[in-house]
Formats: sequence, C-alpha cells, structure tokens
Amino acid sequence: MSSSLPGWKELPMGGVAFRPSTDIKTGEWRLGFRPVVKEEKCVGCAMCVVLCPDMAMGLGEEGKAQVNYDYCKGCGICARECPYGAIEMVPE
Amino acid sequence: MLHEGVRTCSGCGASLIAKLVLKAARKPVVVVSATGCLEVATSILPYTSWKVPWIHNAFENAAATASGVEAAYKALAKKGLIKEVPDIVVLAGDGGTYDIGFQSLSGALERGHDFLYVLYDNEAYMNTGIQRSGGTPRYAWTTTCPAGEVLKGKLEAKKPIALIVAEHRIPYVATASPSEPHDLIRKVRRGLEVEGPAFLHVICPCPRGWRFDPSLSVEVARLAVKTCFFPLWECRWEDDDMVLELTGPSKLIAEVPELKLPVEAYLAIQGRFAHLFRPKRMEPLIRQIQADVDANWKLLLRRAGMA
Amino acid sequence: MARVEQRRIGMMGDEAVAYAIKQVEPDVVAAYPITPQTIIVERFSDYVADGLVRTEFVAIESEHSALSACVGAAAAGARAFTATASQGLALMWEILYIASSMRLPIVMVIVNRALSAPINIHCDHSDAMGARDSGWIQLFCENCQEAYDTAIQAWRIAEHPDVQLPVMVCLDGFVVSHTLEDIEVLPDEVVKEFVGERPLVRVMGHEGEVPYRLDPTGREPLSMGTFAMYDLYFEYKRQQEEAMRAALKVIEEVGREYGELTGRYYGLIDQYKLEDAEVAIVGLGSSMGTAKDAADELRDEGIRAGVLRIRSFRPFPTETVREALKGVKTVAVMDRALSFGGPAGPLMMDMATVFYGLKEGPTMLNYIYGLGGRDISTDDFKAVAQDALRAAEEGVEGLPVKFVGVRE
Repeated sequence: MSSSLPGWKELPMGGVAFRPSTDIKTGEWRLGFRPVVKEEKCVGCAMCVVLCPDMAMGLGEEGKAQVNYDYCKGCGICARECPYGAIEMVPE
Repeated sequence: MLHEGVRTCSGCGASLIAKLVLKAARKPVVVVSATGCLEVATSILPYTSWKVPWIHNAFENAAATASGVEAAYKALAKKGLIKEVPDIVVLAGDGGTYDIGFQSLSGALERGHDFLYVLYDNEAYMNTGIQRSGGTPRYAWTTTCPAGEVLKGKLEAKKPIALIVAEHRIPYVATASPSEPHDLIRKVRRGLEVEGPAFLHVICPCPRGWRFDPSLSVEVARLAVKTCFFPLWECRWEDDDMVLELTGPSKLIAEVPELKLPVEAYLAIQGRFAHLFRPKRMEPLIRQIQADVDANWKLLLRRAGMA
Repeated sequence: MARVEQRRIGMMGDEAVAYAIKQVEPDVVAAYPITPQTIIVERFSDYVADGLVRTEFVAIESEHSALSACVGAAAAGARAFTATASQGLALMWEILYIASSMRLPIVMVIVNRALSAPINIHCDHSDAMGARDSGWIQLFCENCQEAYDTAIQAWRIAEHPDVQLPVMVCLDGFVVSHTLEDIEVLPDEVVKEFVGERPLVRVMGHEGEVPYRLDPTGREPLSMGTFAMYDLYFEYKRQQEEAMRAALKVIEEVGREYGELTGRYYGLIDQYKLEDAEVAIVGLGSSMGTAKDAADELRDEGIRAGVLRIRSFRPFPTETVREALKGVKTVAVMDRALSFGGPAGPLMMDMATVFYGLKEGPTMLNYIYGLGGRDISTDDFKAVAQDALRAAEEGVEGLPVKFVGVRE
C-alpha cells in the first residue's frame, strides 16, 4: 500500500484524476534504442512531431526536431517516417 | 491536448489518433471515451493524460453518454447558465462501436445529437488481450479466433461499419488513416463543423495485436490504404442521396487503378496473418481476402460514381 | 419557510411524479417507456410538447442508455432525471454503480414491478432490491402524495454537498402508479425556490480546485470516470459509504424543511401507533397503508398493533428503527421480494442486523408476500400479526420465514 497516496478523507470526490500523467516517465520503457536527430539533414518539416504517438517530439529553437527522452518509448515511427532520413535509431 | 506520459504500448495507433483528433479541434472540446486501451492508458489514477474535460462511463454507452452531455449543454445554454456549447468528441474502439456499443451509437445517430464520434479501429479487443470483434477482418488471427489446424483465424468478414453508419443519413461520415494526417485533421474539422452527428472511422494499427514492429504503425496504415483494404472517403446526404467521395490516395487509385497494390503487401508484414504464408502458403484464403477487398472497393467506386 | 397555499388535484402516482418533475424542470430527462412507469414519460412528453418546460427531453433507445445519458448530463453539471421499472432497472444495473461512484446526483423514479420470468407487470420489490447495494439512496413511498413530495425532496438530498449521491424514489407499480388520488401540490415557483439551482461542489483535479463538472470552456478540466488500481479503489468506496451515512441526517433535514412548507413532514421512517404496540408490522411501500388499517382493526379487537414503514431503505436508518421499536415485543417483517437461498428476505436481514448483539430485542418473524402483484388485504395483515404474536408466545427458535398468500 503506497503511503504517499491520500487516505479516503483527503481524496478528491468521485475518482477524478488529481495528477497529470507527466509524472510517468515513459522514456524508461525504451528497449535499447533511441531516436537521434541528425540536425544537418532535418528541415523542420515536423512530420515526426505530427506522427509521434507519445507527444515526445518537438521542434527546438533552431526549428529542428528534438526528442524528449523522458517520454520517448523508442517506437521508431519518427525514424521510419522522416521524409529526409534525418532521424536514426541508435543503441542506448 | 494530451499530456506526455500516456501509458499506451510503444508505437500505439490509438494515442496517435487521439492526439491528431484533438489537434484538429478549434473550439473547446469535451471528450467522451468508451472503455478500451486508450481510456485505460490515459486515466490510471491518480494520473490523467487529458488536458481537456474528459469522461469515461462504460464500454457500450459512449454515444449515450455523449447524448447526455450534449443535451445538458444545450439545456444549460438555453437557461443562460453557460455561454457556448463546446464541441463533443467520442473516442471509442471497435469493440465499443461495432459490437457492444452499436445500439447506443445507432440510437444517438437517429436522435441527431451534435457530436463527432471517432472510431479508432484496431480490429480486435486489444485491451483484454486481442480477442475477435465485429471489426476483425477475415482470416486474421486473434486469441478467440486462433489459427488452428482446421480453422484459420476469423472466418467472417469485417462488418462495414462506416457504410452502416452512413445509412443513418447523418450529416457527415468519413474514413481516415494516421498515415494521412492532414486528411484526417481536415475530416475531424468537417465532422465538428456540421450540425448533428458525424462519424469518423480511423484505421488504428496495433503493433501488439497485429504482430508487427512498433516502428511500422504508420506504414501498416499506409499499406491498408494503398491496397484498398481500408479506402479513404467521406460522405454526406444531399436531396435524399448519398454523396460519397474518395479522398487522398484512394481517390488517386480510383483514377489510376494500376496504383492499387495487391492486398498481400498489407497482409505479409503482419503476424496476425502469418498463418496464411507459413508453414505453407494458403492461396485460396489469400485470394478470398483479395476478393473481399476488390468487392468492397468496387462498391465504393460505384457509390462514388467512379466505377 | 412559512406554510404555503396548495392546490388539490386528482392524479395517479405516475402523473404526480411527472407533475413534480415538471415543476422541478430538470435540465435533462432521458427515459424509456416500461410498464408501469410509462405514464411518467408520456406526461412529461406532453409538458415538453406544450412548451411548459425548457428541459432537454431525450427519448432514448434503452434504459441502459437512459441512465448513461443521465450520467453524461449530470457530469456536465446539469440536473438529470429518469424513471424506470423492473427489467429496465435490471438493464441499468451496470450504470447504477457508475452513477453513484462518480457521485452524480441523478434522481430516478422506480415504479416497482416484479422481474421476469415469467414476465409480470405487477408490483413487488425485487427490482429495487436488486439495486440495494448499488450506492443509490432508496426512498420508498406509500402513496401518490408521498411520491409527489419525494420527487421534489430527492433533488435537495442528492445534491447536498455532504451527500452527492443519486436517489431512487420508489413507488409501487399500479397500486400507486395507476391509482387516482387527490393530492396537494405546491405552486411552481415554490418548488423552484425549494430546489433552487444545482449547486456544484468543488474538487481538486489535476489542474487545481475546480467545480465538479465537465467544464464547457475547457479551462477547468477534470478527468471523470477514471481507472483505479488496488492502491486507490478501496478509499473511494469508503467515501461513498460515508456519503450514505451523511444522507441519513440530510433526508431528515430536507423532510423537516419540506414539512414546514407543506404541513407534510417526512423522515427516515413512518411510525404508526408504535408507542404502546405489542406487535409491529414492518415493511415498505403502499401495503403499509393496508397494514395501518389492519392495525386499527386489531386495536378494535384488543390487540395493540402498530406499523413501522421504512421510508429510507438505503441508507438504512438502523438507530431510528431500533429506537422506534423499543418496547415492542413482537415484530412481523414483511418482504415483498425474495433473496433466493438467503437466510430470510432482504428487509428481514437488515432488521435482524438492527438488533444483532443487543441483550434485548423483539421476537421477529419474516413474511414474504405480494410477489408479482399478489394482493394483500387487511385480513392478511391481521392474520400475520396474530400469527407473530402466537409464535412469540409459543417461543420462536431461529428466524422463521413464512409465505403469505401463496397456494400450497
């Protein structure tokens, strides 16, 4: 029994969620490979941002793709779908 | 509109689709989920992945729940207690739509509630561990229609859910694929714009249940479209007539039939169809699937006036 | 509030409920017809068609969907009402638990009817007993007047910040639903003022403290109807139990306030000539009216009989019942439902618990009666009371369960 969770008197009513899922670092699920952006090839088309199922891709200040490894599960969709071959799956 | 930390499997089509659907919305959106993978993976207490107001009731009643939500906002707006009625989006899987939720969906469509119902179709009960549904295609393996010595997966064809929904004569019905995200987003917007119910049937590849590498999720959806296993179209009713139009790659295939790939290209990369190819090739079964695809495609071409 | 002028109208129980709901004017009514509840839906449809209410009426395709829509509507912050009976309630079973666990103050009228098979449209309490443990407050009415009054009070009970639970208002099929009675009704504006607007409680969600609803602006989002593992589920159930206990007080408070307005006071139980009673008949619903007549006749014959009618079956008013029966030596507990294979009828099991572990308690006998609309007369009740007295005198071992009015 987790002692960090509230008792029944403190819990919000009706079973509403009371924490955002950003607490869950799904990046820990990666099985040996992670996507790495080759900035020289990335044109900032954001296809990887659109197609990432985990909201783990964004565009950095330079307008280049950026991986949030806290949440990236390493599925590899971004690497496969990048029209410019700018993302590579690399052993961790 | 979804927080990071969604607990779907790696490469999940459902969270990708949910993300794209919410991205398309321009007004405040309230989401109603049916029980299923997406619902569980986004709402394990104390956490939620939903940045928008979200409700899950049960498995078979997402459309009825949405009916109540919509009626409530209409009533509260009438009384001046709320300023604007938000967009209402239902997200439900194939089990919650083809099977257990079909009655509640059909009733809500008939009553004309104003919501967009998005079916993410991963073609089996994935949340309980890959069991057959009305959306499972012929000869696909699932744990309740396994590929055995005698029976080779599901014997029955996939229910034509989008056309069945279209026959309810609601303002807008479309199919979409995550491999065509811009087409999908445009259709979500159209569905939200129309007055009354809209239905969007989205093919939702499932690496776990369909047995393929997670990196292939979008590619599998793309092949579903390119083989016409899952054609893209949209339809509305005008003067008591169904006006159906093919969109994106499907429109192109209709115009240039040589572009249509054999269904085998789609089947061969998925473990759920592996028994059709190994240990020996089951030619009649593969041919039957191709015949199903061709027949459905022909029907769509006729409906689209492109036969 | 001061006593108000009331009108007398002849109405059947179903009509009285529809009239009360018209006056309350909930935001959403989602309902499906089923005998003997149908008249409620029909009358309310008339009010909608004549533009007498602003309610969104959803004539929905099943009871399961009716309650599902009410869950959606109540979650959106609206007042939601439905009504059903028998098979309809059975079909709703899954959503009953969801509505109460999501703490949605829906009001539902149950016109009590037997469950199939064989199919039977007449009164017993099997349907409501099947929903006994679903986390809904269950108030049983004796007559049309009480059905009207309770259909108004139910909102204040359900929506009380300490309660936030759905309420079932139960009335007997045909005996109440289809029986014409002269009832007193409040003016519309008095009902409106009594129920007010639904107050929204505030909860701490994932983005801070917000009103408990699906915010239409999206600025104060909540995730409702989530997934709990073994580390949290139990705590939510404990909360629900606490809300039920809190409801005991609220039912009495609302009943008292309503009494000051109307002269008709309601509480957790209804006591009839219990003060000096040697034998008490305990039960639910309309037949307790017959039992009261029987008590009068028995008193004429020299037997000091009384009646205790349980109005609030859930939450069960344990203390109140114990207090009311203090000094009563013999109790006949009437069950209009069976718990197949159980130690006794459902009400009897609760009554036995009321006195469990006490040094002194009455001798109790259980009588199953009236299944599928089988009539029960004053003579039957008199015979029950006499049978209980005789048994008590001869000495009772264990817990006798007897059947009244069934052919051998």
